[in-house]
Amino acid sequence: MFLINCPYCGERDQSEFISGGEAHIARPKQPTELNDDQWAEYLFMRKNIKGIQFERWNHAHGCRKWFNVARDTSNDKIEKIYKMGEQPPKL
Amino acid sequence: MSKNLRINNKQFVDETRKLSFIFNGKKLYGYKGDTLASALLSNDIHLVGRSFKYHRPRGIMTSGSEEPNAILQIGNDDALTDPNVRATEIELYDGLICNSQNCWPSVKFDIGGINNFLSPLLPAGFYYKTFMWPASFWEKYEYFIRKSAGLGKSPTKQDPDMYDHRYMHCDILIVGGGVSGLIAAKIASDDNKKVLLLEDKELLGGSLIYDDNDTSKIDNQKSSEWLKKLIENIKNDKNIIIKTRTSVAAYHNYNFLLARQNLTDHLSVNDRNNKIRQRLYKIRAKKVIISTGAIERPQVFHNNDRPGIMLASAVKKYIDYYGVRCGLENVIFTNNDSAYETALSLHKSGTKLNAIIDIRANSSSEIVNKVKSLGIQIYWNHTVVNTKGYKRINKITIMKLNDNGNDVVGKKIELNCDCLAISGGWTPMVHLFTQSGGKLKFDNKDNIFVPDKTNLNQLSIGSAKGDFELDDVLKNSIKDTKKFLQIENSNFDKIDVKCSKEKEKKNIWLLPSDKPLSKTKPFLDYQNDSTAKDIKLALREGFKSIEHVKRYTTTGMGTDQGKLANMHALGIVADTTNTNMGDLGTTTFRPPYTPLTFGTIVGRNVGQFFDIFRKTPMHDWHVDNNANFENVGQWKRAWYYPKDGESMHDAVQRESKAARESSGILDASTLGKIDIQGTDANEFLNRVYTNAWSKLQIGKCRYGLMLNEDGMVYDDGVTTKIGENHYLMTTTTGGAANVMSKLEDYLQTEWPELDVFLTSVTDHYATASVCGPNAKKIINKIFKDLDLSDESFPHMSFKEVKLGNINCRIMRISFTGELSYEINVEASYGKYIWEKCIEAGKEFNITPYGTETMHLLRAEKGFIIVGQDTDGTMTPVDLQMDWIISKKKYDFIGKRSLYRSDTIREDRKQLVGLLTDDPNEILEEGAQIVKDENRKPVNMLGHVTSSYFSPTLKKSIALAVLKEGKKLKGQKLLVPMIDKTIKVTVSDTVFLDKENERING
Ligand SMILES: [Zn+2]
Repeated sequence: MFLINCPYCGERDQSEFISGGEAHIARPKQPTELNDDQWAEYLFMRKNIKGIQFERWNHAHGCRKWFNVARDTSNDKIEKIYKMGEQPPKL
Repeated sequence: MSKNLRINNKQFVDETRKLSFIFNGKKLYGYKGDTLASALLSNDIHLVGRSFKYHRPRGIMTSGSEEPNAILQIGNDDALTDPNVRATEIELYDGLICNSQNCWPSVKFDIGGINNFLSPLLPAGFYYKTFMWPASFWEKYEYFIRKSAGLGKSPTKQDPDMYDHRYMHCDILIVGGGVSGLIAAKIASDDNKKVLLLEDKELLGGSLIYDDNDTSKIDNQKSSEWLKKLIENIKNDKNIIIKTRTSVAAYHNYNFLLARQNLTDHLSVNDRNNKIRQRLYKIRAKKVIISTGAIERPQVFHNNDRPGIMLASAVKKYIDYYGVRCGLENVIFTNNDSAYETALSLHKSGTKLNAIIDIRANSSSEIVNKVKSLGIQIYWNHTVVNTKGYKRINKITIMKLNDNGNDVVGKKIELNCDCLAISGGWTPMVHLFTQSGGKLKFDNKDNIFVPDKTNLNQLSIGSAKGDFELDDVLKNSIKDTKKFLQIENSNFDKIDVKCSKEKEKKNIWLLPSDKPLSKTKPFLDYQNDSTAKDIKLALREGFKSIEHVKRYTTTGMGTDQGKLANMHALGIVADTTNTNMGDLGTTTFRPPYTPLTFGTIVGRNVGQFFDIFRKTPMHDWHVDNNANFENVGQWKRAWYYPKDGESMHDAVQRESKAARESSGILDASTLGKIDIQGTDANEFLNRVYTNAWSKLQIGKCRYGLMLNEDGMVYDDGVTTKIGENHYLMTTTTGGAANVMSKLEDYLQTEWPELDVFLTSVTDHYATASVCGPNAKKIINKIFKDLDLSDESFPHMSFKEVKLGNINCRIMRISFTGELSYEINVEASYGKYIWEKCIEAGKEFNITPYGTETMHLLRAEKGFIIVGQDTDGTMTPVDLQMDWIISKKKYDFIGKRSLYRSDTIREDRKQLVGLLTDDPNEILEEGAQIVKDENRKPVNMLGHVTSSYFSPTLKKSIALAVLKEGKKLKGQKLLVPMIDKTIKVTVSDTVFLDKENERING
């Protein structure tokens, strides 16, 4: 169980958070313009990498805010936490 | 006691407190301070169990948590008995009852012992090979395996003990209260750090505390004396919290550790009343220092498993700590200097030591010279080739090693021996380090794996790090701790340590014998009965990875996790395959380090505290009126209200009839309720529901269907427009939390531009739903001034009224198809308004109905229940609810997916009605639907999702999902059951009141 530094509340136990999967996959603004393959790309395709992964996390049992986390999946080390709407850091 | 096995040096046992205990039905005595193992040994009992596979007699081998053999059943109470308890770990208490567990009918005469003679037939992988075929025989195999294996009995009654959980936080966590851990604790405390020190034994001090041999000195004092002063000092240190009898079970990432403290297991049963038995600490530490020490390795030779063969360090501890001799004809068999400490302890206690067998050519270290000077016979360059004595060792045979150490030469020498103290060197306890993700490296000098790389803020010190000699242990612990804590100076900087230094090292993983390997039994893993032969067989059969070898031979897979066996297994694999041990890698150590009771793991979360349960404000009324409850999520919902011994079926028939013919009342408080406000609230609803919301007027309600982005139905419910920018959304009971979190997600991450605020108000309101032809009359009696005419208060509308001081929100909405009003009040008035309705409805036979009747009533109308008639694979089109998909809206969640190639397939499963040919036959929910049951394989077309007997229609009705169901209306299909086949006809999903006339009463 790791510790997550919620940008709004501070450091809390992982059990207070839920993970929302890969970050920076924006919902298409005009879904009807997309063909099946393009829509499937948005809907289903997710990376599963060993190394630093950008993820969405939600402080579900706290402030309920969503934010982004850069986490090394090989050792769960959190390299950076940044707010929704911000660009992924260069790591 | 026939033999005099207690000596007069009893620092740590209290001879004034004699304790009685019962072992295998026999009453015996020991002292306060004994472990069960030391008490048994003082009664000359070594044989305590039988081995797992061959049922060979096995004795106490160690003095700690690595014990593979002395695993006993403690207690004989059905609720309190504990299986698999190590006699070496449990402290003796008065009245302790224990039994050997892996033997039948008794430890001395064990029928399974015949396996020993059959052992050529029971090689590695025997279970895998033999019991694979034929598969249908497995039940028979299992019976015999279980009966003859039987590792202890589980308690059969509920555990009456209390267990506890507690969180702890500290700057420095120190695991292990031996000398290095104590020094580290003191250094950290002197630097004003908050220290938590955990020790799994009763007393601090590790093995140095009972070291009495004058071979080492610290600051010119006997090392144990020096240590005692340090312990006194630490006990009075306010920065240090000490928890003894506390062992770390797991070391997780981010320095999160679980430790179990034994609080009452050492007390007599009567003294345990109302006390917490064990406590689990959940510890977050800024830094962790591992000082868990090392465990001694045995040596691997023919018949090395007889009772009376023990680790040399254990023999020493039994004498020096407990004052117990393990034998009267002792022999030591070693490959290193540490066993010479045991020789000195035996000598000092006046215990006979017949000889020392040492595989090394010679040694001239200080301690060896001292032993030499005592005139003890030492056989250099010799090995044990055999032992004798079935239930207790009585003789050993030794031979000289050749120059390569791979064979024996010369004549056999036989020695008398009732206790063989063996030492094959030491293995650092790196279990916790590796559990935490740390990587090991191999040290060729000592043939050990030592901590190398870690991502965590942790440090291993002392023999856990691979330092075995006292001066290295102390000086490196001081140096490393200071560096770890970034401290310049400590009070230990001028420490002066004197000790004997080992000069010669020699290690042979599998010692040679005069017999061929196939004729010998050199055991590696005592608990799982795997031998060196098994390892070699596995390698011959092509297993290469150490993880595979381990599983195939079951080496290291017992409750001791192979604490004694793993290094030898690796060593033999390395030797046989000509590989470097460092390249082989180790097997993975997984938590828990030592077994935990289930009680400790669950703590207080048992019985009614197992999970939270939520009660509606009317709950007590339901209880008083004999409701049976069902769990819906965490809610307890009234299921049905049986009267005078009614069955569930009868109650549901009565309740639903009353609702259709006069009036019924349902507690609908559990539905999820989300308050939505903001200038973009209407736009938000348009985006999350499939239908259009723009034209909804204030005071009106609308049903909505919510999809996932994949187009599948996710939730449904009615939303009411309360004000211009204010809506109240209801969700399903089970989906409330998920819907809330999903909507928040979209608002925060996809549509941050929307001015919308969501508040969960599920718990704020209680809801009584009154339905039936007489509902209007009942509501009218309560709200006398309210205009209930269809013009003023039509279906799907809302009014806010007052009843005295109580604000009531009344929605005219219906899930039953009947005229129906839902009264929402602040939760604290829930029971009041409910009772008001019951009172007003009395003359109309108002009947409380539960969820089962609600399900029946809505099924008659063909209304779906999300999660019952849908399973995450149904689109609105599949549900024949095309009408609710707005054609005009540009976008909503899931819209694009509704015309993916997969979702527009016509042969998808679709919701249909089913009528049984025999109207009294009720289908089982979940039953499969087929067309032709004779053509194999039978083609499954779908399954029943909802099924009831309708008292109003006087026939059975069902909803089902069916492949191409829309096209199959009127078709005859089959529902095969285990004892019969039920004939059904596909029908419309609406069974009752297709014209929707009942909705107006
Ligand atoms: Zn937060």
